[in-house]
Amino acid sequence: MRSDEPMGGFADDALVPADGEHGAEAFMPTRRTVLVSAGAAAAVTVAAGKGAGGAAWASAAGDTRVRTVGAGESVEVALSVNGQRRTVTVEPRVTLLDALRERLGLTGTKKGCDRGECGACTVLVGGERIKSCLTLAVMRQGAEVTTVEGLASGDELHPVQEAFIRHDAFQCGGCTPGQIMSAVACIDEGHTGSDAEIREWMSGNLCRCAAYQNIVAAVQDAADAGKKVRR
Amino acid sequence: MTSTLEPEVGRARLRKEDARLITGRTRWTDNFTLPGLVHLAVLRSTEAHAKIVSIDTSAAKEMPGVLAVYTADDLDPEGSIGMPCAWPITPDMASPRRPVLAQGEVNFAGEGVAVVVARSAAEAEDALASIDVEYEDLPVVLGLENALAEGAPLVHEDLGTNRNAVWKFDSGEAGSGGDVEQAIAEAEVVVKRRFRQQRLVPAFMEPRSCVVDPTAAQLTMWSATQVPHILKTMAALTLGIPEHKLRVIAPDVGGGFGGKIAVLPEEIMALLVARKLGKPVKWTESRSETMVAAHHGRDQIQDLTIAARRDGTVTGLKVELLADMGAYLGLVGPGVPILGAFMFNAIYKIPAYHFACTNVFTNTTLTDAYRGAGRPEATFGIERMMDELAAELGMDPMELREKNWIKHDEFPYTTVSTLTYDSGNYEAATERAMQLFDYEGLRREQRERRERGDTVQLGIGISTFTEMCGLAPSRVLGSLDYGAGGWEHAAIRMLPTGKVEVVTGSSAHGQGHETAWSQIVADQLGVPFDDVEVLHGDTQSSHKGLDTYGSRSLAVGGIAVVKAAEKVIAKAKPLAAHMMECAEDDLEFANGRFTVRGTDKSTGIQDVAFAAFMAHDLPEGMEPSLDSEAVYDPENFSFPHGTHLCAAEVDTETGRVHLRSYVCVDDVGAVVNPLIVEGQIHGGLAQGIAQALYEEAVFDEFGTLTSGTFADYLLPSAADLPSFTTDRTETRSTTNPLGVKGVGEAGTIASTPAVVNAVVDAVRHLGVDDIEMPLTPMRVWQAIRTGRSAAGGPGAEAGGGLGSIDSTQGGAR
Repeated sequence: MRSDEPMGGFADDALVPADGEHGAEAFMPTRRTVLVSAGAAAAVTVAAGKGAGGAAWASAAGDTRVRTVGAGESVEVALSVNGQRRTVTVEPRVTLLDALRERLGLTGTKKGCDRGECGACTVLVGGERIKSCLTLAVMRQGAEVTTVEGLASGDELHPVQEAFIRHDAFQCGGCTPGQIMSAVACIDEGHTGSDAEIREWMSGNLCRCAAYQNIVAAVQDAADAGKKVRR
Repeated sequence: MTSTLEPEVGRARLRKEDARLITGRTRWTDNFTLPGLVHLAVLRSTEAHAKIVSIDTSAAKEMPGVLAVYTADDLDPEGSIGMPCAWPITPDMASPRRPVLAQGEVNFAGEGVAVVVARSAAEAEDALASIDVEYEDLPVVLGLENALAEGAPLVHEDLGTNRNAVWKFDSGEAGSGGDVEQAIAEAEVVVKRRFRQQRLVPAFMEPRSCVVDPTAAQLTMWSATQVPHILKTMAALTLGIPEHKLRVIAPDVGGGFGGKIAVLPEEIMALLVARKLGKPVKWTESRSETMVAAHHGRDQIQDLTIAARRDGTVTGLKVELLADMGAYLGLVGPGVPILGAFMFNAIYKIPAYHFACTNVFTNTTLTDAYRGAGRPEATFGIERMMDELAAELGMDPMELREKNWIKHDEFPYTTVSTLTYDSGNYEAATERAMQLFDYEGLRREQRERRERGDTVQLGIGISTFTEMCGLAPSRVLGSLDYGAGGWEHAAIRMLPTGKVEVVTGSSAHGQGHETAWSQIVADQLGVPFDDVEVLHGDTQSSHKGLDTYGSRSLAVGGIAVVKAAEKVIAKAKPLAAHMMECAEDDLEFANGRFTVRGTDKSTGIQDVAFAAFMAHDLPEGMEPSLDSEAVYDPENFSFPHGTHLCAAEVDTETGRVHLRSYVCVDDVGAVVNPLIVEGQIHGGLAQGIAQALYEEAVFDEFGTLTSGTFADYLLPSAADLPSFTTDRTETRSTTNPLGVKGVGEAGTIASTPAVVNAVVDAVRHLGVDDIEMPLTPMRVWQAIRTGRSAAGGPGAEAGGGLGSIDSTQGGAR
């Protein structure tokens, strides 16, 4: 392979737009399918109206409110993050992950690979899990975002967090925020019928410490507890 | 009441670390920001071997937000800075200078060529594309045997050779055993095999990162490192910074697995740039950079010869290794294969042993420690050979092992490689594992499947391993020319309110030291678990240490904590006697209380700590403090062991391997926290299994890493691994007061040969006696179709994915 591209050049801000509506489903079972980046977008089309929501990307072409933003220009994006209204002014190429970590100071969400292969950056958008490195902040105008910082209510941990602690489902904590968010969604989606099903539907979140056996137990435990509560 | 009646050591305590990790309050280096912080981005070579004709940085310097662009000539005009290698394994070792940035020549694809400093990380990254580098190609040296061939082009012309060093051990010469050549010549059976340890990537979840603040009183560096103390000393030596003017902090570190035992060019670069600009700087790598520029692991060719009698008695073992160093020497890189030198004889009584390793330079990413470091390679070699010998002899492979292993009543046992194993019970661990596994039942099923010609065949793989850990007795390291000792430091501060701060030189990155050390101290001092805080990873609070690697934290650092606690008690005793107006000899200390023997009169250590703080009424000459520190140098390594059994189903039509069950019974000595031990075993197993089945760093013929993403380099996911059945036997170490042995690497060391043995066992009747790792469906299928010779040959792929499309050669050869 010969390339004139600098090797460092495809790192930050390499953009692979996620399927906004079905991010989680689209990625979970297909970790090993090819995720190709076209490189940083020079210009992207964004929905100008506030509150247009994640669907704006898909429907942008037919939307009269659409405007084009050039490289270097910034856009104001309003998000609801962990129940709080937050506004960030970002270049269109800034990922939701970078907006959270670098603009909003929410460093709980981790950047493990920045191209959707590891899952450390998983957050909930509108209740669905997505990899926040694979979506641009501008694509999430008006969206409700939940990060690991927003799961506990005060000192009371979310049941999934409690289950992870109880089952020792992590070691270094690098993948943990992503695992937790993914687990919350996995339970919500009802993909906890068996250990094998949990393993499959949690397979988009890599753990190099390989706490998988305990993660599966934690997810199962939290799912069972949830069922009991609902009854 | 300050006593704890139930012992803390042995309890499955939930981890103290969990609360912050689970809520997103993890303090990674990349999370830190400082006023005026600027960002570094490194331009990396696209060429594996080339002269740098010119570097034009003028356009990059005009890019928005860019403050500066530096090359090696800017940062080190004299070319005098070289990254340190702390393990010169032989006096005549060939050692190239590893510059901070490539100077005149690049030696692997991924080596830094220039660094951009900009106001934001994105602007720094953007500017990289505007740097114009003109290269003049040099011949790319790839593959161990190619590199050693007569007339081969050289990675480093000035060294005159691609041979880094040759290191030998011979039991005949050492007087620890016989002459292996004679053993081979006289043997009734000789089996020879060549195995390849493919190249692996540690692939910790947190990419490497460092922040340097030159505006603080001490030059302060935060780094995602396993070795803050070593980094501090080495950085000071490398740059001539007075050591006391440098402070290194390893905050929460997101995994290491050996991959963060390093002094990075980027760390040195960040120090240089921060001092040059007088501004705080941050460097955080992308995953692509981790894959190409962070050190890799393994990468050996092993030529093994085992000699035996027909009855299965092993009479000799000869090991000849070629080990790929990559383009430069890492911090301990040359010594990694040497750590295996003492372990090929493993748990067996082998009367004659010869080991020789040739370290080789190639135009690839450098290699260094990765979980197990030298010992997984050795364990793989011997455990595969035991299976091959068993097949040759027509013996059950477990029976063969049992015939040769050290019996429990033969400890302490001095091996042919001169180590003295203090304790172990291979029979007990094996018996338990065989029960849990249903060995006989699975053998029966295997026979049935063979008889009926089932398309899915079943194989059983065994690995009865030991490892040397608790690195290490300083005198042994000295005899191996290692550049430091192997002690560890701990300090205990008794606070006025009775709370306890424990300072440790072992810097954790996921292993749960804060919890385990608290348990140890709670028992030693008899204070509540929650009254103990563990401080680590900051050279300002923890000034002394040798850090975390080689399963050494508990067996060395944990014992230092015990020794420090003993000193606290010794200091407290005269004061307690003074307080209760009795003789010291009348006092006994238990559960946190000094009691006057034969009375109910007692005082708690926390009350004594308060009295020491007040200092109003101390015994004559006593300093008003109970604080104590200890440096512990182990007298021996520790030798955990275990029996791992793997049942693998192989689909003979597709080559797909399915791990049906995996049972391991480990003996890691006494256990401080079974929860943590279990987690370490799981993680270790996964990484060892991943070497067997999934992972491989592959370079194409130009020296480009083609498995440079997680779509190509296959870390196992939850769906790729079975649930493990784990159990333990407990044979305490006799060389340390806790009886502990270490557990961090056990699973990784043991599991790789268990899996490969299982797969080969499943298809041995089809004429297969080896398959190169990773055992991808394609390799297994080819092995079944064509027999051993073609397995893993041309067409060997990296398990699918992006890069392998470009890979015509395959394999790091």
